[in-house]
Amino acid sequence: MIGNLEWASLQQLWWLIVSVVGALFVFLTFVQGGQTLILTLARDEHEKSLIINSIGRKWELTFTTLVLFGGAFYASFPLFYASSFGGAYWVWIAILFTFVVQAVSYEYRRKPNNFLGQKTYEIFMFINGSVGILLIGAAIGTFFTGSNFTLNDYNLVNWTHPLRGLEAAFSLFNLSLGLFLVFLARVLGALYLAGNLEHESLVDRLKHSSFDNLVCALPFLLYVLVGLATMDGFAVDPANGAVSMVSGKYLHNLLDMPIVLVMLLAGLLLVILGVVLNRLTRSVRGIWPAGFGTVLTCLAIFCLAGYNNTPFYPSKADLNSSLTIYNASSSHYTLTMMSYVALAVPFVIAYIAWVWRQMDSRKLTVDELTADEKSY
Amino acid sequence: MIDPGQVNWARATFALTAMYHWIFVPLTLGLSFLCAFFETIYVRTGNAQWKTLTKFWMTLFGINFAIGVATGIILEFEFGTNWSNYSWMVGDIFGAPLAIEGIFAFFIEATFFAVMFFGWDRVSQKMHLFSTWMVAAGSNLSALWILVANGWMQNPIGMTFNPDMARFEMQDLWSVVSSPVAISHFTHATSSGFLLASLFVISVSSWYLLKKRHGQFARRSIAVACVFGLLSSLFVAFTGDEHAFLTARTQPMKLAAMEALWDGKAPTGLIPIGLVNPDKKPGDKQEPFIFSVEIPGMLSVLAKRSLNGFVPGINDLSFGNSAHGVTGIDDKIRRGRLAVSSLRDYKMARDAGDSTAAAGSLAIFDQNREYLGYGHLESVDQAVPPVALTFYAFRVMVGMGLFFILLFLTYLILSMRNRLESQPLLLKIGVGSVFLGYLASQAGWIVTEVGRQPWAIQGMLPVTVAHSNLDTTTVAVTFFMFLFLFSALLIAEVKIMTRQISIGPEGGKS
Repeated sequence: MIGNLEWASLQQLWWLIVSVVGALFVFLTFVQGGQTLILTLARDEHEKSLIINSIGRKWELTFTTLVLFGGAFYASFPLFYASSFGGAYWVWIAILFTFVVQAVSYEYRRKPNNFLGQKTYEIFMFINGSVGILLIGAAIGTFFTGSNFTLNDYNLVNWTHPLRGLEAAFSLFNLSLGLFLVFLARVLGALYLAGNLEHESLVDRLKHSSFDNLVCALPFLLYVLVGLATMDGFAVDPANGAVSMVSGKYLHNLLDMPIVLVMLLAGLLLVILGVVLNRLTRSVRGIWPAGFGTVLTCLAIFCLAGYNNTPFYPSKADLNSSLTIYNASSSHYTLTMMSYVALAVPFVIAYIAWVWRQMDSRKLTVDELTADEKSY
Repeated sequence: MIDPGQVNWARATFALTAMYHWIFVPLTLGLSFLCAFFETIYVRTGNAQWKTLTKFWMTLFGINFAIGVATGIILEFEFGTNWSNYSWMVGDIFGAPLAIEGIFAFFIEATFFAVMFFGWDRVSQKMHLFSTWMVAAGSNLSALWILVANGWMQNPIGMTFNPDMARFEMQDLWSVVSSPVAISHFTHATSSGFLLASLFVISVSSWYLLKKRHGQFARRSIAVACVFGLLSSLFVAFTGDEHAFLTARTQPMKLAAMEALWDGKAPTGLIPIGLVNPDKKPGDKQEPFIFSVEIPGMLSVLAKRSLNGFVPGINDLSFGNSAHGVTGIDDKIRRGRLAVSSLRDYKMARDAGDSTAAAGSLAIFDQNREYLGYGHLESVDQAVPPVALTFYAFRVMVGMGLFFILLFLTYLILSMRNRLESQPLLLKIGVGSVFLGYLASQAGWIVTEVGRQPWAIQGMLPVTVAHSNLDTTTVAVTFFMFLFLFSALLIAEVKIMTRQISIGPEGGKS
């Protein structure tokens, strides 16, 4: 069945799969958001422990989704993997560093004799949730603003900016997208924690916090949306593969693909709905509409970047070095095989959901943490 | 332009990050199963002491696991950051196992790890036990996929070079996955992890016995670990033999370096102990050894499964040996250069729209494509890996492996007779043995990876072509960043681990 698909259809399918993984990752950054809430919301060690232990049972899922995002990109669009990681070197190394230090922080933070001290591990968590997410946002921003690279005849990348990727963070658009993701992660973190913890005053503060962080996120979101609607965009001529700048390209993409427009608007509305639900009612289930909304919004952003004759990793330095889902992809055979492999993804999501339900069916309390010698 | 400094810093960075990662991985692979064994005994007997025992080893498992995850993420992305040409040229094949690893293995670990640590009172006893087993299965499945990827680099099969895209493309995923070299890598590396974890449990427990603390806990832990360790160490020896046999067929240069064999003979002897002449180069007349002890004919038996088999030496492989049908690297380089130049001509002719010239160049390319990688080598010497390091690392690994079999056997016998505590010398050796385990484990990877230099993909892509377009300073700075960060984390890990061990299994809040 999959073997009969055209190469172009497989390339489009794989852009969708990678986008779904990316969108799920952004939803799961509620962990990173939670990490930055420790400093502002927790009033004592008990509250801090509650927050860390709650997201500490999920952090590996976020981490693994990031790793899968990299692996899926590698398998399906290896030229992107090679060009972006090998080219925008420092921005990726910086992002990875924040995830390396995160990975030990939960386990080591409160263990006796931990060498660096509890505070250091909490700072690691904060850096991961702030700088890490900001840079990921900036890197995604370059899908629209372009990067500085050229490819030679053998598709080997040459980066033309001395900052090697970190320059992405100096564009207002990229920076806004990064800051939006940071605040969005905090919104999601506060929503998730409010639903997972049993602690009246902390939950009350979390419910307020999700609203406050949404307010902080809005100006950056607005800047990104206005930017997307008005900026000149990169366009590919399907006849000859030549790339040119087209004014209002991303607005055109939205209008050409109304389903993406619907996903974007519905996604943002659901995020707002989730926050309002938690803020104005007694409900603590806002994470679900907001989480689903986040996935829809991110999917829409990825669709804007990759579909409708748009190069998803454009080059400012040399327009024709830009990567499209057609020139950067794996072979027909590999995409076919990987599509069969991807049939397993729903099963993976199903068992994750099954275990998640069992683990989260009872709320986390201070008493449980005190009784459990294994708690973080 | 090839900048040797840059390539070497990138190699050093990969060696550094991979070796750090491999400090933690074997313990994860084995201790996850040991925890599953311990918990199974607890569930079947209902004896709460086994639960305490399980939880203690799980605590140590968790400390080790965290830093294993931290050091692991770098490796996946390092293929892109420091080896981007590699990533483009073989990404069509190499990306697949990494993606499959994420889908099929990492999520199992990530999902069930939380249950294993925090689910004792949140899920049923059976579900908890199931989760512990799933963490063990997930960890070892991760190893399967990354070793399939590594095995493919050692013995690239199931693909072809596409001259239009100037890259290698996959033709048969199943042959990549079921490659005997990959499976042999997997079985050897994971069982060495079981071995190391058994040594770890024996080491910690022996220390308790020496200190006369937690006697029953230690004896129980040793009883399980020495059985698991003995079985694993025998399996490691068996798979190691198989692995070397496959290496003789697929990477004869690596085998020659492992044995410091310069001139092939039939039959060929094995040098169990020797002092390698470090100055010897291909084609010169120097003696290969300063001192050596030889077992006649033994290498023929091990590498060729025959009493009189010819094992090619470094000189045979470098300059050819027509009597035994060995094509020399000098010849492969000549034909490889033809492949490189005809590929360039083909692309130019194609871009210029000259289909006749393109077809002519492609025909030359097709005749020489199998040696494409050799076209990038500058000399025969470049195709020879560091002999002394490979030779010594191999002997360290094998020697330790044999010692571990004896150690586990001794522990098993004394443990069954309940006489361990009257053997303080053995217990001291037991405490120290885990460090020998780490040494042997690292030595094994040195043999595998140093022994295949200069190839990123055996025979297809040398490291000098595989790297990213970065300047030397950038890569060197990254090397020191990793060195500093990973060392700091390692110190933290060791300090936390030793404190937990000294607190002991009944330690209360940790």
